[in-house]
Amino acid sequence: MSSDEPAGGLSLAWRATLRRDLVLRLRRPGEVLNPLAFFALVITLFPLGLSPSASLLATIAPGLLWVAALLAALLSLDGMFRDDAEDGSLEQLLLSPQPLPALAMAKVAAHWLLTGLPLALMAPLLGVMLSLPAGSYGVLALSLALGSASLSLIGAIGAALTVGVPRGGVLLSLLVLPLYIPVLIFGVGAVQAAAQGDGVAAHLAILGALLAAGLTLAPFAIAAALRIGLNG
Amino acid sequence: MWAFLHKLGSPKGFYAISGRWLPALWGVAVALILVGGVWGLVFAPADYQQGNSFRIIYVHVPAAFLAQSIFVAMAVAGLVFMVWKIKLADMAAAMMAPLGAGMTFVALFSGAVWGVPTWGTWWQWDARLTSMLILLFLYIGVIALRGAFVSRDGGARAASLLAMVGVINIPIIKFSVEWWYTLHQPASFSITEKPAMPAEMWLPLLSMVLGFYAFFLAVTLTRTRSEILRRESSKRWVRALVEERR
Amino acid sequence: MAFDSLSAFLSMGGHAPYVWSAYGATAALLLGVGWHARAERRRVRRDLARRMRRERRQAEAADASTDEGPTR
Repeated sequence: MSSDEPAGGLSLAWRATLRRDLVLRLRRPGEVLNPLAFFALVITLFPLGLSPSASLLATIAPGLLWVAALLAALLSLDGMFRDDAEDGSLEQLLLSPQPLPALAMAKVAAHWLLTGLPLALMAPLLGVMLSLPAGSYGVLALSLALGSASLSLIGAIGAALTVGVPRGGVLLSLLVLPLYIPVLIFGVGAVQAAAQGDGVAAHLAILGALLAAGLTLAPFAIAAALRIGLNG
Repeated sequence: MWAFLHKLGSPKGFYAISGRWLPALWGVAVALILVGGVWGLVFAPADYQQGNSFRIIYVHVPAAFLAQSIFVAMAVAGLVFMVWKIKLADMAAAMMAPLGAGMTFVALFSGAVWGVPTWGTWWQWDARLTSMLILLFLYIGVIALRGAFVSRDGGARAASLLAMVGVINIPIIKFSVEWWYTLHQPASFSITEKPAMPAEMWLPLLSMVLGFYAFFLAVTLTRTRSEILRRESSKRWVRALVEERR
Repeated sequence: MAFDSLSAFLSMGGHAPYVWSAYGATAALLLGVGWHARAERRRVRRDLARRMRRERRQAEAADASTDEGPTR
């Protein structure tokens, strides 16, 4: 470590990366709002495509909300590293003396804060429109907040791998969607249990365990994937 | 021992050693599959519950075993390639991926066909079939990712990493799918779970399973040898080899 | 022997379409993969031999032209 490096180099770099990503994304609010609009639109399609019957919608609402939120999160993945790869700042990140897994986590955190979290906060509103039983709204938001963090982590591996592939969007969904299945199952399970008035602690605990496993393993996979994706 | 492994790790040594084993391996594979197939189709007794449709087990189970084992083998080869930079491991991984996808497809197809006489439907969201379907998507992802890269080395490293990520996720996916299935379909009849099969039923199955593994090894070795010739075509030993054959 | 006659064997107790299509798909995969591995091996060898012949011809042609070098 060189002597002129400021104290607390890693945490400083981490916060700087996070701040930079947040600022860059917030400057183009359209990109933050697009997944939310997509989420609302997809949810609107289901009553139109199935039936407006409240009892039918209430039974399938947990699954619909989760699948639609998952697809909305998927839609935003492609931009996670692509812009940075095109303007060269991703290479700067790779050359930085700070550990790449940690810096990649800052980027994932920024992605989650501006897609996963807003989706989770918006879901209860759409839940009302699908007449989701009362009492499951909090669990819906919480399960989506927990689950979408895992989705961002897993998705970042795929986004990093396909960053050098032109028009990699479809390929990205092909890589990432199978890996999303466990999160989907337990996320929907939590909301369904809450809707039926059962205990949700087990489901949320498993979602938390998936997130913990993702937090320990994914950073290294993302870092390796970034090196592969950028250098071909 | 180490000298032998070292020799096996170099393309030239591998080519020579595998060439010695291959004919016997092909022979074992064909013999075991023929014996198991004829035994299972003709001599094994029909199941008291499922009748003769039970005979599908002799192709369904080996294919399903192989489908999962090949993915694990691919991930191990990927790890070896990433850690020790042994190109041979990547060649083998690239050559076994399509066979794994094919085995997954056959396991799915035979499972679906088996479903008609047992469940009365072509497709049921049974835990095993669903996991197998997800495995097929994982295979397609690995194969597509390798093909999407322009540089061979980039594609190799990307496919290796994805295979490793996939193999960590497979147990989680299986666990979650089984959990999901028991939640929605309590105590349904699962096709491959049999209480205490008699020997004349499981011996042919054992022969088929071993035969399928031998077949997988033989195909992978044969194809890896071709791939070595393709990738190392400017090396002197390859040229000497081709000269010799003429 | 689990069957009395050839026709009983072929009809598989009424499950013929299922049993035979499952075995057929498996056999098709195994034969196809085996045949492909063999064909690939032959093709690679043939291409390599052809390439080496071409290179040798080119080398000979180059030798011949350099032999005539001074006169050109």
